[in-house]
Amino acid sequence: MELIANLTLQGVQMLVVLALAPGLTGLVRKIKARLMRRRGAPVWQPYRDLARLLKKEVVLAENASWLFRVSPYMVFAATWVAAALVPTFAIGLQFSWTADLIALVALLGSARFFLALAGMDVGTSFGGLGASREMMIGALAEPAMLLMVFTVALVAGSTQLSNVVAFTASGEVGIRISMGMALIALIIVALAENARIPVDNPATHLELTMVHEAMVLEYSGRHLAMIELAAALKLLLYMALIGCVFVPWGIAPASAGFFGLVSGFLLFLVKLAAGGAMLAVFETAIAKMRVFRVPDFLGVALMLGLLGTLLLFVSRSL
Amino acid sequence: MIEIAVAIAACLLALSLAATAMRGFALAPAALYAGSALLCLGLAVLGGVFLATQAETSSLSIPVGLPWLGAHLRLDALSAVFVLLLGTGGGAASLYAIGYGRHEHEPHRTLPFYPGFLGAMTLVLLADDAFTFLVSWEVMSLLSWALVLTHHREEETRGAGYLYLVMAGFGTMMLLLAFGLLAGAEGGYDFAAMRAADRSPGLAALVLALMMVGAGSKAGLMPLHVWLPVAHPAAPSHVSALMSGVMTKVALYGFVRVAFDLVGAVPWWMSVPVIVLGAVTAVMGILFANTGGDGKRVLAYSTIENIGVIFAAFGLALAFKANDMQALAALALTAGLIHALNHMAFKSLLFMVAGAVLNATGHRDLDRLGGLIHRMPKTAVLALIGVTAIAALPPLNGFVSEWLLFQAVLQSPNLAQPGLQFLVPAAGGLLALAAALAAACFVRFYGVIFLGRARSDAARDAGETDRWSLAAMGGLAALCVLAGIVPGVLIDLVAPAVMQLAEARMPAQEANSWFTLIPVAEVHSSYSGFLVMVFIAISGGATAWLVHRLASKRLRRSAAWDCGFPNADPVTQYGAGSFAQPIRRVMGPLLAARETVVMPPPGDSAPARHEASTEDLAWSRLYLPLIAAVVAATTRMNALQFLTIRRYLSLVFASLILLLTGLTIWN
Repeated sequence: MELIANLTLQGVQMLVVLALAPGLTGLVRKIKARLMRRRGAPVWQPYRDLARLLKKEVVLAENASWLFRVSPYMVFAATWVAAALVPTFAIGLQFSWTADLIALVALLGSARFFLALAGMDVGTSFGGLGASREMMIGALAEPAMLLMVFTVALVAGSTQLSNVVAFTASGEVGIRISMGMALIALIIVALAENARIPVDNPATHLELTMVHEAMVLEYSGRHLAMIELAAALKLLLYMALIGCVFVPWGIAPASAGFFGLVSGFLLFLVKLAAGGAMLAVFETAIAKMRVFRVPDFLGVALMLGLLGTLLLFVSRSL
Repeated sequence: MIEIAVAIAACLLALSLAATAMRGFALAPAALYAGSALLCLGLAVLGGVFLATQAETSSLSIPVGLPWLGAHLRLDALSAVFVLLLGTGGGAASLYAIGYGRHEHEPHRTLPFYPGFLGAMTLVLLADDAFTFLVSWEVMSLLSWALVLTHHREEETRGAGYLYLVMAGFGTMMLLLAFGLLAGAEGGYDFAAMRAADRSPGLAALVLALMMVGAGSKAGLMPLHVWLPVAHPAAPSHVSALMSGVMTKVALYGFVRVAFDLVGAVPWWMSVPVIVLGAVTAVMGILFANTGGDGKRVLAYSTIENIGVIFAAFGLALAFKANDMQALAALALTAGLIHALNHMAFKSLLFMVAGAVLNATGHRDLDRLGGLIHRMPKTAVLALIGVTAIAALPPLNGFVSEWLLFQAVLQSPNLAQPGLQFLVPAAGGLLALAAALAAACFVRFYGVIFLGRARSDAARDAGETDRWSLAAMGGLAALCVLAGIVPGVLIDLVAPAVMQLAEARMPAQEANSWFTLIPVAEVHSSYSGFLVMVFIAISGGATAWLVHRLASKRLRRSAAWDCGFPNADPVTQYGAGSFAQPIRRVMGPLLAARETVVMPPPGDSAPARHEASTEDLAWSRLYLPLIAAVVAATTRMNALQFLTIRRYLSLVFASLILLLTGLTIWN
């Protein structure tokens, strides 16, 4: 009985992240539009887009291989599994021990790997351009993320997200410089990984600065829907990650009852909305940077991650 | 069990002689490779059974070699791990060679050396005295040198062979000094005597430093790596697979044997150079792999990276061991050993893929390939498994060992020395960087070879490789997947060796549910490759099924979109050089990257030129000056050849006096 309840909870978590992800993207777009004094599309527009794309036929380039057709599902599945492993409204879920933070980073790496391969499959210049830049950004973002993981793991004594959250939510942490550095590093990495301004512009096409969009240029129909959904899931994943590690309050503990879960869920919605609003404000306030300024930007994350880790070696209480 | 192992090694050496006798028979290559494959299979089974049954160490003494010493041979858990590795890698390479060898124009240049090379490597692993070890090591070096020179008519190969010979000689000399110091003034050359002897910390550190140079030069540790990226690719592909996948591991075995077993207690500060060199080697190796344009050279540079990772793991284990933290030393050591096994699997696989592509198209140059996923579909699938594994992506095996290593890095706050406490996380950052760069490197490798459009006629008309090769590659790919989803089996398998070296082992993994890995305690960390695989398969499969069932499954083929301006010329695709450009630019100073653009003056119709180059700073800053110094010194000394007999006599007399004086002062 308990097992069934636990499995249900895990299933609910998977469906929740899937259902909320497009909404978060829509919310960010809406707020950005309002900040630019446009009316903007409704918040549920991404859902409509996905439904429309799913129903359309796929137009496939003549020399596209099976890898091109499988990749969207691979990317989606890897991202979805990763997102399902981040505590959103509750911790201690049935499969939370399957993969720790390091494995989570690597799962996202798998998604990026297949997306970049798909970008090179058709053999167009844009696809290769996107893939090579994405891998360059990834090569710098991933170590920064791992160093940030080191910091968090050293503070919490675990790389297991549920345990990390249980520790940070317990209030034992207090305010630490190293955690502050890890937060900034994580935000920088999140901006880069989600192809947001200032690293990439999710709204551009036909611009030499685009990275993510250049890779998926050849996709259409259901394949494009899968990739868009994966991108939305990734944004949600990073928001949830920042939320659960750095503002863990209200998250339902392992033994929480029904009301604990509901309040955890409502608080999660509030956190998502707040995160989305902050992202929109940040994106509106800042300009996109040149591609070769991005390494400097990510270098800051790398250094902050390393400094955060080293500070912990100076004193465990910093 | 040692008798069986020695018998197999002797059979392999005998096969070499048989190969000389069988020269000219049409069936000889297939028969010899099949024989090697079976013998290697025997070795793999032997190693596996030894570890699985936790058999007793068995030793053997044969009265050959030095009269007062004889040849001591011994099979213990550590040897067994590497015998398993050698058997698997050698077996796969031999199976592959049955098919691949048919394309060899001069099989008699490979055949007599190939089984002997395997046999010599086996003897290195079994040796139990310094003399047997060094002789086997030298035979291994010389035979592999002969194999590198298979295509000796190519200028480049001859240069590579010469460089390899010099570096191998240098490495063996360092080993000779290391073993000399280990044996001490009494000359206890068998390993049992070395184990029993007491050494000062300084002497232990010196021995370890010499081993790092000697074994490191064979394994490809920076800055002693310069021969590796030229020699490994020059050999035929099954030999490249053996050299990269197996011989580098034999070198690592030498290091582990001395560092953890023979030399005794090592001072903690000696772990610092091992960790630092390992981490730096990892990053620099993979950076060069990211920029090279020759497929097999990319793989060779990636071997350097992986050797760096393994050395860093061993360095970490040394640090833990020096601090009496046996459990953590066991964790780091397991990570290193598992990574060695994993690297054997995926690097051999990828070298075989490169060989299959080379056979099918005649090209090693990435910029002449492309689109082979259509022409060689089976090879493409196996290669995809290989690149995913080597890029350390879950749920395959490369990730497991990286993950274990990161878990060991995270335990570094327990170390007592502040220097190490700071160093280890920084090294962890470098290793993370190397892992991420490896992903970039192998997207490029796979993307340029297998994806996109063909860049040459040869690539457009290529055909699938033969069944023997596919079987060998398939076996290794299956190992990559299995070791990724049930890594606990492998960890428990190497546990006796770890127990022997670190006096502790990782917790037994076999009882964990869902094949989960728990390195320290579940509270700290856990990872289940099996479940990750299952989850991805279920969620991806179910989504694809639902989408096709409920939404749309219509599909239309059409021209590529490419923002409305598709270009028919395959040259407009991203190639090896253009894909590397962002990383080359970002990491420019480390690679000494230079880009020059020559623009014709306005009105001139001459083509503009763009050239990009990178340079190995170790070669230009360290080796070239060294070579220049040696050449200058030898030119000077050349004068000594043309003296009169009187001068020679006085020279002899003077040196005698000098030596005697020196001896007198010494006493």
